Amino acid sequence: MISESPSPAHGFPGRLLVFEGLDGSGKSTQAALLGKWLQAQGYRVFFTEWNSSDLVSSVIRRGKKKGLLTPTTFSLLHAVDFADRFDRKILPPMRAGYVVVCDRYAYTAFVRDAARGCDPAWVRTIYSFAPRPDRIFYFRVPVGTTLRRKLASRLKINYYEAGMDLGLSDDVEESYRRFQTRLKREYERIAAADEFTIVDATRRVEEIQAALRAEMRPLLENFPTVARLTHDG
Amino acid sequence: MTGKSYGTRLPGTPGGPAHGKLIVVEGSDGSGRTTEIELLKEWLEVEGHAVVDTGLRRSDLVSTEIDRAKQGHTLGATTMALLYAVDFADQLENKMIPALSAGSTVLADRYIYTLMARAIARGASRDWARKVYSFALRPDLVVFLDARPEILLHRSIGKYGSLDYWESGMDLSLSRDLFESFFLYQERLSKEFEWMATEYAFHSVDANRVPEQVHTDVQRLVAPLYAIDAGRIRPVKTTRRPVASG
Repeated sequence: MISESPSPAHGFPGRLLVFEGLDGSGKSTQAALLGKWLQAQGYRVFFTEWNSSDLVSSVIRRGKKKGLLTPTTFSLLHAVDFADRFDRKILPPMRAGYVVVCDRYAYTAFVRDAARGCDPAWVRTIYSFAPRPDRIFYFRVPVGTTLRRKLASRLKINYYEAGMDLGLSDDVEESYRRFQTRLKREYERIAAADEFTIVDATRRVEEIQAALRAEMRPLLENFPTVARLTHDG
Repeated sequence: MTGKSYGTRLPGTPGGPAHGKLIVVEGSDGSGRTTEIELLKEWLEVEGHAVVDTGLRRSDLVSTEIDRAKQGHTLGATTMALLYAVDFADQLENKMIPALSAGSTVLADRYIYTLMARAIARGASRDWARKVYSFALRPDLVVFLDARPEILLHRSIGKYGSLDYWESGMDLSLSRDLFESFFLYQERLSKEFEWMATEYAFHSVDANRVPEQVHTDVQRLVAPLYAIDAGRIRPVKTTRRPVASG
C-alpha cells in the first residue's frame, strides 16, 4: 500500500518558500511583496507561480470539448506541467543558491486532486520528485471571503476552478463554493503533517507582510546576500 | 475480467464487473508484436469474439504533445514519463474500460510494462514507476515476446531501413554510436522486463522464431481464457518473412 508521507527535505544551497491557499486568499500579493523585500535586502530571489502552461491549457481545452478528461488524466496532466516547471524554474535556482518563492507548489495538486476523488497517497507518489520546501505558508481564509473577492474582481469563474466537472451544482457560483470548501477541507487535513505555517489571511495586508518578514530571519540566517556572494568570490 | 487495478482506484469510472478480457502483448520493437496482434485478432474474431485493439500513444488527448516533445527533445525524463502516463490513463478510461464493460476483448499492443521500463531506463525509480501506474487494470493475460537483441536489430533495420532514434535510446547518451546505443538500451529494457516477469505474471514466448510458430504458442495461452478447445488452434499461413515482421 502506498503511504501519504511528506517528501524528504532538499539538499540544495537555495531556500524554497511556498505559498499555498485558496484562490483569493491573498497569497499571490503577499508572495510578490515578500519577494520584492528579500531582493531589496540583497538576496538573490527567484519568483515562480504555478498557472497552467500553454501545453496543459491546450490539452484541457481539447479534453473539455470532447468530454475526455477524468480526475486521473486531469491530475496526471497537471503533474506533467509541474514536473516541467520544477525542472526549468525551481531546480536550477535552488542549485544556484537562490531564495525561490513559489506561488503554489505540489500541495495545490494534493488538495485539488483529492477533492476530485483521486487517491491522496497515489498523488503524493507522483510528486515525490518535488522535495519538501523550507517553509510552506498556508493562507487560511473562510470560503465565503474568497468567493466575495472572486465576484468583486469580476473575473469569470472558470469551469475547472469551480469544479463544474464534478457535477456538484449546475450553478457556477454554488459549484465554486462547494468545490472550494472541499479544497479547504483538504488543506486543513494535511496542514499539521506537512508542517504548514498558518497565516491568518483575514488580517490587513501590511500586518500579514510584517509577520512574513519576521519569519524570514531564522530561515535566512547566514544565507549569503548578493554582495557577500560577490565578495566571497 | 474482474476489473481490478494494481492498487489505486480510478475515481469516476464504473467499478462494476467487466465481461471482456484484457490481453496484453509486450515485447521490444522488432519482437513481432504487431504481426502477432493481427493474427490473434483475426483468430479471436473467427472464434466469435469482439476485439478492440489499442496501443501506446494513440489517444486523442495528448498524442500531439508527445510527438512535439519528441521532436524538440525539450522535456525532462520525469515530465516525459508523466506525459505517457496521461496518454495511457486516457486510453484506459476512454477506450479500454468502456470496451471491456461492453464485453469486448481488448488486445493491447504494449501496456504499462513498456512505459515503466522506458521510464526506469531513463532514471525513474522502479518503485515510483510501479506506483504511478498502480491505477492500471490487471490484464487477464500478459504475453511477452522474447527475442534476442540480434534478432531485434535485424528486424528493426528491415522495418526502418536503419535504427530508430528512440528505440535505440539515443536520448540517453549511452553512446554516440547508434548501433552501440541500440544494444545498450535494449539491454537495459530487457533487465527491467526481467524484473517485472514474475511480479506481473508474464507468459514468455520465444519470439526468435517465425510468426506462425509464435502464434501457435500464443493461441495455446489464450485458448483457456475463452474455453476454446485445443483442437481449434489453427495453424496460419503468413506471407511475411520473419525479418520483416514488426
